[in-house]
Amino acid sequence: MREKFIEFRNVSFRYGDEQPWVLDNVSFEIYKDEWVAIIGHNGSGKSTIAKLMNGLLYPEQGEIIINGMPVNDEHVWDVRKQVGMVFQNPDNQFVGTTVQDDVAFGMENRGIPREEMEKRITEVLRSVRMEDYLLTEPHRLSGGQKQRVAIASVLAVKPDVLILDEATAMLDPRGRKEIMRTVSDIQAKNEISLITITHDLQEVVMAERVIVMNNGSVWDEATPRDIFAKKDELRKIGLDVPFIAVLADELKQNDLLIENEPLNHDELLEELWTLHLKM
Amino acid sequence: MNNAIIIGQYVPGNSLVHRLDPRMKITIIFLFVIFVFFANNVVSYSILTAFAIITVFITKISLRFILKGLTPVWFLIIFTFILHLIVTKEGTVLVELLGFKVYSGALIQGFAISLRFFLLILITSLLTLTTTPIEITDAIEDMLHPLKKIKFPVHELALMMSISLRFIPTLLQETDKISKAQASRGVDFRTGPIKERIKAIVPLLVPLFVSAFKRAEELAMAMEARGYQGGEGRSKLRQLKIKKIDIFVLVFFLLVIAGLFITRNYS
Repeated sequence: MREKFIEFRNVSFRYGDEQPWVLDNVSFEIYKDEWVAIIGHNGSGKSTIAKLMNGLLYPEQGEIIINGMPVNDEHVWDVRKQVGMVFQNPDNQFVGTTVQDDVAFGMENRGIPREEMEKRITEVLRSVRMEDYLLTEPHRLSGGQKQRVAIASVLAVKPDVLILDEATAMLDPRGRKEIMRTVSDIQAKNEISLITITHDLQEVVMAERVIVMNNGSVWDEATPRDIFAKKDELRKIGLDVPFIAVLADELKQNDLLIENEPLNHDELLEELWTLHLKM
Repeated sequence: MNNAIIIGQYVPGNSLVHRLDPRMKITIIFLFVIFVFFANNVVSYSILTAFAIITVFITKISLRFILKGLTPVWFLIIFTFILHLIVTKEGTVLVELLGFKVYSGALIQGFAISLRFFLLILITSLLTLTTTPIEITDAIEDMLHPLKKIKFPVHELALMMSISLRFIPTLLQETDKISKAQASRGVDFRTGPIKERIKAIVPLLVPLFVSAFKRAEELAMAMEARGYQGGEGRSKLRQLKIKKIDIFVLVFFLLVIAGLFITRNYS
């Protein structure tokens, strides 16, 4: 049995007494070192979940347990030490005047000694392939590069969980690819739980488990493959199904025997060229 | 950015002046600004001018570049000079122009005051020319440190300065974007009477302020998420260290000042 790291117990949340519930009786668990994707359309409550995990917001009802600690005023700073977060806007989370200062910011907050900081800065910048930009100012970096610096600065404080809250939403396709590559590298090399929050189904492919949010509650929880199989229902709750999945569907309707739900180009290709072997 | 004005601009380099501890630079410039007012004869002015010119020479920034960059200031300097020519009535009459008598004392006085003014501006602009804004911020934070005892928010002030510095280019880019967006919707920023042009700034400022507030809110949240709890218990990546060369430069400067005080009594 894997170790539970984050647990939501019947969590409900709204932004004001008169406001509608943003999250309504939500419960789920996230384990150590796993990669979970949370998807949902705009306003489904997925970003609120991220903020609740970091103690930036507190639930109105229910309980959030992180590594055995309830998220409340008493534990919030310990929780933030373990839960790192990267936000959507690359500019509005860059605190330092240079890349190196920005990576140092989180470590400075924790009072990490200077020699250790310098060591970790080179280390984490290498892991996001930004080591050549140590002294570059933020306005000389692309959005994707800024987001990689943001990831590096979170990694520098060695959290147990890394949350990417729509971290690729404001990037161009190339920046998006860079981030996804960086993230999967990190997940492979480090012992860290990864939570990617997105409205883009394309990005959940690499995750081990997907939580689909709809109107403030958990709509489904399964592997990406099982989720992709429910194309029509996904479309109904306002999510865009990736092209490959649509194509596979069309092929199936034309009586081609596609057994496994393909997640990417290569898998579909595999299905197609082995097609006649099965017949 | 406008290259014609160099006040506040940083010119990258690796000269002795660039490498000096920023606190030392600020101290020396502060003392220089005071002691400029003690000079009162040809020799003492020459010493200070020589010091300033040699400093410029050491920075390896071309003197012509600096002089050209001080264009807006030249106007003030010349204005001061002319004002002194008109107002001061000492010494002998040199020439009479259009009914105005120009006295020899006025010429000397005008020249001395203009030179003083020029030296002040030259030496203070050298600070920003050779020191990155962030170094200046660090230096100010360090030098104001004793004020912490009287609960002066030194760390907050320094953080405020460094965040403003970091967001200046971002907000400039944003201003550019908004002005283009508004221009494409028919706002005219360039022509028309001044009153109209001032009015045209409103649709530029409102979106800029809205977005700045939004940025502030998101930045505050990001900082909190990264564990920022104020200045207590923080360590610092950048550290200032007084080196041998700093002490050496300070001693040299004090000798220059000593020279000034010895020569000011001649006359």
